[in-house]
Amino acid sequence: MTDIGTPIDWAPGFIANTTPKIVSGRFEFEDSFTIERAMATGAYNGLKAALAKTPAAVHDEVRGATVLGRGGAGFPAGVKWGFMPPDKWPRYLVVNGDESEPGTYKDRLLMERDPHQLIEGCLIACYATGLSQCFLYVRGEMPLAHERIAVALNDAYEARLVGKNILGSNFSVDIVLHWGAGAYVVGEETALIESLEGNRGMPRLKPPFFPAAVGLYGQPTIVNNIETLANLPWILSNGAQAYAEIGSESSPGTRLVAVSGHVKRPGVYEIVNGLTTFRDLIYGDQYCKGIRDDNELKAFVPGGGSAPWFTPEQLDVPFEGREASAEGSMLGSGAVIVMDETTDIPTAALSLTKFYAHESCGKCVPCREGGTWLEKILTRVVKGQGSPRDLELLLEVGATICPGDFPHASSSRLGLEAQPFPYKMTTICFVGPSAFAPIHSALTLFPEEFEAKLTRRDTIPLMSMPVADATGTDESVGAVS
Amino acid sequence: MTDLASASEVNETGVNITINGVRVVAPKGELVIDAAERNGVYIPRFCYHPRMEPVGMCRQCLVEVDTGRGPGLQPSCMLTVSDDMTVDTESETTKRAQEGMLEFLLVNHPLDCPVCDKGGECPLQDQTLAFGPGESRFVEEKRHYEKPIPISDLVYLDRERCILCDRCTRFAKDIAGDPLIHFMHRGNETQVLTFPDDPFNSYFSGNTVQICPVGALTARPYRFRARPWDLAEVESTCTTCSVGCRVAVQSSRNELLRYEGVDIESVNHGWLCDKGRFGFESVNSDQRLAGPYLRDVNNSDQLVGTNAALEAAATAIGAGRGGGGVGVIGGARLNNESAYAWSKLARTVIGTDNIDAQLADGLSAQMVLSLPRATIADATSADNVVVIGTDLKEELPVLFLRLKGAAQSGRIKLTELSLLVTGLSKHASASHRYVPGELAHAVGELLASNPQLASGSTVVVIGRPSAADFPDEVEAAVGVLTAGLPLATFLPALRRGNVMGALDMGLSPGVLPGRVSLDEGRDWFGSVWSSLPGEVGLDTAGMLEAAAAGRLDTLVLLGADPLADVPDRDLVERAFAGVGSIVAIDNFVTESVKRANVVLASTAFAEVGGTTTNLEGRVSRLGQMITPPGTARADWMIAAELAWRLGGDLELESLAQIWSEIEAVAPSHAGCTLEVVEAEGAIEGVVVPIPKSPDLAGAPSGPASIRWSAPALAEPPSVDGYSLRLVARRKLYDAATNTQMAPSLANLAEQAQLMVHPGELRRLGVESGTRVNVTSSRTTVVLSLVGDAAMPRGLAVMGLRQPGLAASELIDLRAAITELRIESR
Repeated sequence: MTDIGTPIDWAPGFIANTTPKIVSGRFEFEDSFTIERAMATGAYNGLKAALAKTPAAVHDEVRGATVLGRGGAGFPAGVKWGFMPPDKWPRYLVVNGDESEPGTYKDRLLMERDPHQLIEGCLIACYATGLSQCFLYVRGEMPLAHERIAVALNDAYEARLVGKNILGSNFSVDIVLHWGAGAYVVGEETALIESLEGNRGMPRLKPPFFPAAVGLYGQPTIVNNIETLANLPWILSNGAQAYAEIGSESSPGTRLVAVSGHVKRPGVYEIVNGLTTFRDLIYGDQYCKGIRDDNELKAFVPGGGSAPWFTPEQLDVPFEGREASAEGSMLGSGAVIVMDETTDIPTAALSLTKFYAHESCGKCVPCREGGTWLEKILTRVVKGQGSPRDLELLLEVGATICPGDFPHASSSRLGLEAQPFPYKMTTICFVGPSAFAPIHSALTLFPEEFEAKLTRRDTIPLMSMPVADATGTDESVGAVS
Repeated sequence: MTDLASASEVNETGVNITINGVRVVAPKGELVIDAAERNGVYIPRFCYHPRMEPVGMCRQCLVEVDTGRGPGLQPSCMLTVSDDMTVDTESETTKRAQEGMLEFLLVNHPLDCPVCDKGGECPLQDQTLAFGPGESRFVEEKRHYEKPIPISDLVYLDRERCILCDRCTRFAKDIAGDPLIHFMHRGNETQVLTFPDDPFNSYFSGNTVQICPVGALTARPYRFRARPWDLAEVESTCTTCSVGCRVAVQSSRNELLRYEGVDIESVNHGWLCDKGRFGFESVNSDQRLAGPYLRDVNNSDQLVGTNAALEAAATAIGAGRGGGGVGVIGGARLNNESAYAWSKLARTVIGTDNIDAQLADGLSAQMVLSLPRATIADATSADNVVVIGTDLKEELPVLFLRLKGAAQSGRIKLTELSLLVTGLSKHASASHRYVPGELAHAVGELLASNPQLASGSTVVVIGRPSAADFPDEVEAAVGVLTAGLPLATFLPALRRGNVMGALDMGLSPGVLPGRVSLDEGRDWFGSVWSSLPGEVGLDTAGMLEAAAAGRLDTLVLLGADPLADVPDRDLVERAFAGVGSIVAIDNFVTESVKRANVVLASTAFAEVGGTTTNLEGRVSRLGQMITPPGTARADWMIAAELAWRLGGDLELESLAQIWSEIEAVAPSHAGCTLEVVEAEGAIEGVVVPIPKSPDLAGAPSGPASIRWSAPALAEPPSVDGYSLRLVARRKLYDAATNTQMAPSLANLAEQAQLMVHPGELRRLGVESGTRVNVTSSRTTVVLSLVGDAAMPRGLAVMGLRQPGLAASELIDLRAAITELRIESR
């Protein structure tokens, strides 16, 4: 047993704590990804338990456990499964392993460290919903995950755990491993389906392309996140009741959270869903142990790069979707990015906006043109070449992407009431609004930092890049002062 | 809604919606954008095109929609109407979104308008004016690309102007089936491009230029030629092939400049093929024949006045009439009125039935006119469609588009029986091959193995598979089909522009105007015309054989080029040598016209009005836009003048008067008055015969008025293990005069070559591309032999009329099949 709070060499980034281990149970073993270790530690027991029941009973079990989707939207998996039309065949399970939300690196650990848990989860989902084909889509930049899943699949096929007549039952399912080509937008389920079909990874419009009705190859399709499926073996082994006893009533179980930024110990933590607060996570001794250099916390992104920001005023918000929404943001993919007092807020926002503008697929106009335009204006402002008009323009351009009130956190400092999540949008998917979200949060919660840029033109460098000065000597100028 | 039946139908399947406060009824399944437009509310759009699947990309058509869950912006091109839906296209939120999208579209759009061909007819320009913000807040540098770049021989792409609406790329992929242009790169760098070294060589590339909502795609023949407001326009019907696509003919200063497809439901859905679209260049050609000339005994040309030329032509025809006989070949280029005039001239004044609009490369006129006819709409909605013989993509491109679309959507089950893989093969449910000479047997097997063809509605599209085979096998095959599928209807895939109109007007031996045989119509036409020939005359093959044997004095070439088109060059040469004199009436000095003694210049497309008839029997209007060059005259006028000089009188005075005579005497055209054809909203044309129209009193009508019986099933020709069977196929771009006289199209024709399966190359021990001796019963020629795995074993395939060498040199018109021996040199 690994010590609580000690980083594990072979699972870089993962730090164990006292939370019950639902998905990270096998991480403590160096060879956790092999079929030998997996079988020795109870892998596929959940599948066996499932096969002993009827598919409908398994579906009920999952529905009863209220496994909230861990990809970002947080929609209950059991309910999602029920959306498939009853009489349309074939139907598919597509596993979304295209984890690329800035700050998120939890699915990668699950794929690299415990592929058999994932395969078992896929099989349980297929059994419960009567699917005979599963596509496992792994992000292109994760070759180790791809390799380990490939080996695990081969081993599982050999052990008759995947394929025809699994474990001697009359349940058969094939799992196809597919490697992405490296596009953020493919994490969006309809874009992932397009990519899987061999097309450009561009999202489809909902309606009519709700995957459960019209998905892969036009057939009913369930798209689930890696972590969502990784929960299933435990639930089937231990029961929905045991799962519901962990976490809060509306958000049962545990969830993996990836923390990055200015904390003493960034990493992936399995936390109690619905109960653990951001304060616990950031300052707790078994979690991040506080801000680096004991600095003051300035702001944090609670749910991946596309989420509106929180400030220390929201530290006591728990990991509970509805509470986060009411406070003006979302839990998203479980990625917390922490910024301390040294952070240059406009530059931090630019860094995120740049990412989303770059990752726009180019399909719809507001994202393609608006995202890049936002980036251009903000770059100008950060360089100290902006005008007061530019700050209004940022919000006006953003309002074309997201008409109406954009969600933000409350701020007693500025006398702001929280504007609850979600937002409205003119784009097809969330990439466009994501380019605007950091700008809106930064500008709403820290207007003075932008105004300062407008007056202190000559002294504010762009990002933390080395800048050659006029004398020809390189001088590293950090974004932090 | 005019009648009660359709009004109640809407109530049953319609839904009530509110658009800008007005309650309207919309049919279930209709898109909001269409429902609004139908009710006078235009929602701006760029990516949406009614003939393509919506993608909802440009976001310009976002409108505020409330379906009971509160108002929200929805793309109206992706949203179907639902009961009690409220649509507000004028709300503050809608307006802001529309202004915002236009501002976004314009941030990277260059201010090229003053030098852009689209300026003045540009949806981006127009909609910016109507729905845009008025000024831009974008001060940064715009995107820059090299401009413009050619993406094919015909189309240029300016990526700076492109707004990435996906119209052209969707058209190429979904409609044309040529996915040669794609989005490349990502986000703000997204651009439309071809793959390197793989240009946008689609037969339908011009359509992308027409549907481009900005000036990003321009067609080489029109670039910088005119501003839209300087163009005069008339609607017409394309006569490049027999599909009869509706076109808008545009000109400036008496010069044709552009054709645009007009969307009609029954035929072309707005699409045109490139050959039709850019064919106007040949009308403008400086090679056009602008006046008559005579060729004297010394073979030198002598320009003469129209009177002298007509006199010489009448003298030549008169000599034939009094002596060994006259034959008239051609007439498919003519409009219906001119075809009728020539039919009447030949039968009543010249007194001959030797007249044939086809050049021994088509199908039996009796068969075509007696088969129950289908429409394109029938073919795209039938349970089964059987395509036999031709490659529709090469011969009737827009019919190919329609059938491909219907097959793709799953509406029809498409079965194909052809010699080679065709453009339709990959879209067919089943595609079968057969061997030249065995078509009728193959059809028998097809029917035996597909009993479902006899159940449900079946439309058969039938054409001439290969000019190298005697057409008897097609007739025998149709005999098998009509026996096995008694309820099937037929769409004859004859190719030439107005060939169906010419046949309807009697430009075929034994056939009189109105789909009546000479025998059945003798009494009726005896009463309405002055006289009729005594017996059935010769077809083109017969006339040429008679001429070669010295039994025909005068040959009239009515827009025909037998040397190039008749699949037996040797026979034509002998006929031209044996005939007394040749009178040619044409637009160009073709190879055959060069051999004529008297040459008269006639009008081309858009130089004369009238009507034309497509392969369905659809009569539609032709538009006159420009005046003919020099003293060129309409063919019906030439017929009337010749009649006068030959001592007769056709009593034809104008196109309108000719049409009313046709309506009065041609049984199949009864009731099809000019008022009906020209009626408001009749842009679709009128399919004859018109059902329920009263018969002409005393005239024969109905199926019995023309008789055809299938020839007996012949034994398949025996196999000669040393020879390959020739397949002479048509390509869209070939050495035909109208293609070669259009500079943009001329170079698109592939050079002549003989294609065989690579296995045949190994058997001969030669490399692909080697020049070899090719011997048929007619002659020996030298051709380059190319291996192509798509070619079946045992066949040798070449274009009928590709530049370099025409297959007609090798073919004996009367032989059942053409066998070739190939030897290395």
